[in-house]
Amino acid sequence: MVRLYAVVAAGSFRRYATYRAATAAGVFTNTVFGFILAHTYTALWDERPGLGGYDLSQAVTYVWVCQALLMTCATMGGGFEDELVERIRTGDIAIDLHRPADPQLWWLARDLGRAAFHLLGRGAAPLLLGALAFDLALPASPLPWLAFAASVALGATVSFALRYLAALSAFWLMDGAGVLHFSWLAGMFFSGMLLPLTVFPGALGELARLLPWSSLLQIPVDVLLGKRTGWALVHAYAFQLGWAAVLLGAGRLLQSAATRRVVVQGG
Amino acid sequence: MAEEAIRTADPVRTGGLIELDGLERVFDVRRRTGPLRREKTRVRAVDGISFTVSRGEMVGYIGPNGAGKSTTVKMLTGILTPSGGRLRVAGIDPSRERTRLARRIGVVFGQRTTLWWDLPLIDSYRLMHRMYRIPDARYRQNLERCVELLDLGALLDVPVRQLSLGQRMRGDIAAALLHDPEVLYLDEPTIGLDVVSKAKVREFLRDLNAERATTVLLTTHDLTDIEHLCNRVMVIDHGRLVYDGTLTGLHAIAPGERILVVDLEHRLPPIEVAGARPVRVEGPRQWLAFPASASAAPIVAAIADGYPLVDLSVREPDIESVIARMYSERPAGPVRPRGSS
Repeated sequence: MVRLYAVVAAGSFRRYATYRAATAAGVFTNTVFGFILAHTYTALWDERPGLGGYDLSQAVTYVWVCQALLMTCATMGGGFEDELVERIRTGDIAIDLHRPADPQLWWLARDLGRAAFHLLGRGAAPLLLGALAFDLALPASPLPWLAFAASVALGATVSFALRYLAALSAFWLMDGAGVLHFSWLAGMFFSGMLLPLTVFPGALGELARLLPWSSLLQIPVDVLLGKRTGWALVHAYAFQLGWAAVLLGAGRLLQSAATRRVVVQGG
Repeated sequence: MAEEAIRTADPVRTGGLIELDGLERVFDVRRRTGPLRREKTRVRAVDGISFTVSRGEMVGYIGPNGAGKSTTVKMLTGILTPSGGRLRVAGIDPSRERTRLARRIGVVFGQRTTLWWDLPLIDSYRLMHRMYRIPDARYRQNLERCVELLDLGALLDVPVRQLSLGQRMRGDIAAALLHDPEVLYLDEPTIGLDVVSKAKVREFLRDLNAERATTVLLTTHDLTDIEHLCNRVMVIDHGRLVYDGTLTGLHAIAPGERILVVDLEHRLPPIEVAGARPVRVEGPRQWLAFPASASAAPIVAAIADGYPLVDLSVREPDIESVIARMYSERPAGPVRPRGSS
């Protein structure tokens, strides 16, 4: 069981690793955006020091860690979901259903393999470049990094669960692109990619911090910045685990509904 | 040995490995008939099919497009639930125990691939090794055999996306066989392949059936596949089984005609030879029809004798024409329009 999904994840990792030019182009994009956002944040935090509870150095760190995690947590897409939607549309999903494997675990393994590659391939370089150009508030001891890694893994799982739900809609809509775009848009805003969610006041801020997308970027970055330690860290993990369980459970229900009514496209 | 254990643990009580009894599948198709109005029509894609396939049989399952072939195969593998009737494959109800059944069957779709597109072929096989929990020794042995017989040695380290269609097809067939399936479903396994690749695939399947007694159900548009591989052929049309017997028997009730395509040096009036009739003339190229049961040799010899022959080829009767002929030979058979009930 475990071995199968380990092979799937490892294969997925290597699959992404074969596209070196794409990885280099992605690193370049992430770095450029990192610089643009870091300067925007600098201007903003100069005007409003301590905005959202971050000092300037923490705010700029927030930018660079977000850029490093952008692909890992597939905040704006780029994960397995395009392929799954396409397989449902063309009917290739029939092949997946002929396998003695659980589709949700299968795709989860693939997406986590991809996330692991993107963390190293797309995440490390921009963060390093950011650290060279800016004064980042990165922890010096290993413990916060370990806590961060666990939170990233949970965030990637929540992200998978959200996109799995969106992608399965293709069974009913035949074209899942619209739902996926909506899910990416929601991810872009509610993950905290544009601005930290702690910046937003009132009910919108409360809501944004309670929605599952905050598991993708806001929580892992806060863990790394040492904003969540002790019981607050346990609370953060519980929040991420809770959403992962709820969303994966919903995915299972939707999956069994989908495969029961499956009308596989094409002969 | 693992195979033996499975068989004793789950004995097939009745004779057939695949058993269908009055199998039905109805689809509701909604069609827009006006700006707001929608009409619901019922389409009986599979309309009461019964047959039994015994272990070790190699059966052709043919019919025109939309006849219900793929729908039947989807029910046989458990990814589609029947609307009615009874269905057992190796004693298992496919839609109820899809995953358990999946370990005992192999599926190959000519037009789709199960292989990992971006990775070397061998990676897909390693995945199968884990997915089907194939014992290590067994896996190595089966892989070795497939690599040898399907000529895959040089391809194992090539990413699947770089394989030709024929190579990929052979790769897919190997992937479906590593776990020693008792039943192999092949959906158009030779579609789009060149003559050499087709011959290779057919030879392999014949050997597989002879050596391992793997039961094979083959859907195809290529009657030559059936001719080379299957003792038994089932014809399905409009969701019903309209013929079940030997290919010779099918030709007997629906005598097909083969077509001889002749290229001459220059334009001539229609060729006149005994045993064949001209059906079409287009410049220097002519088409002659002759009974499928007759030999082409004397006709070819006669043409070569009397005409300036450049090139020729023989076309086998296709499934559509065989089925059309079945109806014209037996006008009593009810031809029901789709979705009429």
